[in-house]
Amino acid sequence: MIKVEFLGPIGEETLELKAETLQDVANQLQQIETISAWLDKCAVAVNDQMTNDLSMVLKSGDRVSILPPVCGG
Amino acid sequence: MELYHGDLDVKTIFNQWLEEESESNYGAYIPFVGTIRAEDGIEALSFDIYEPVLQKWFDDWVVKAEKLGAKVKMAHAIGDVPVHTSSYISAVFSPKRRVALELIDEFVEDFKANAPIWKYDVIDGKRVYAEDRSTPMSGSGLLA
Repeated sequence: MIKVEFLGPIGEETLELKAETLQDVANQLQQIETISAWLDKCAVAVNDQMTNDLSMVLKSGDRVSILPPVCGG
Repeated sequence: MELYHGDLDVKTIFNQWLEEESESNYGAYIPFVGTIRAEDGIEALSFDIYEPVLQKWFDDWVVKAEKLGAKVKMAHAIGDVPVHTSSYISAVFSPKRRVALELIDEFVEDFKANAPIWKYDVIDGKRVYAEDRSTPMSGSGLLA
């Protein structure tokens, strides 16, 4: 199982999912109405490392973070 | 990189940074101060920060600055910051002014675009996500 955490204003509880790659995570999150609306504007980190690779292989215990639009300062 | 709960004590932090580099032989020290403006009826802004990714973002900037012989520093507030106080300060030190002048521009702009910090307006004690002023980070939309 991997964990998916939703940062900042998304306001969703952390999920535990079965997923082999980030593509699997995408497929499952797209099915959740309250989350899917955020996905086109969110960036992704795996174990706190930002990534652009949908084919990234995940292992049990990995943490996927969903980062919505930012505005520091 | 320094994170504080509530508004920043700007003078104290800038003085501390000056002290830290007083013997480093930098010829230029260029600070930036972000102050909360009173507008649209807000009483404060409020901030969430994801520190592990912010630290990595900052560490990358430290390396980038070092290659130019420069040093970057920043401090940011967590939680509520009242109007007319400061939520964000940063600075660049460099041997000569040109590098610092250019880096402070790039550093602050990249901070606005890619530092994992979320801003909320505080109106009547309630936090409202400042969605219209927020920017999707690099690589956004991967899972859409």
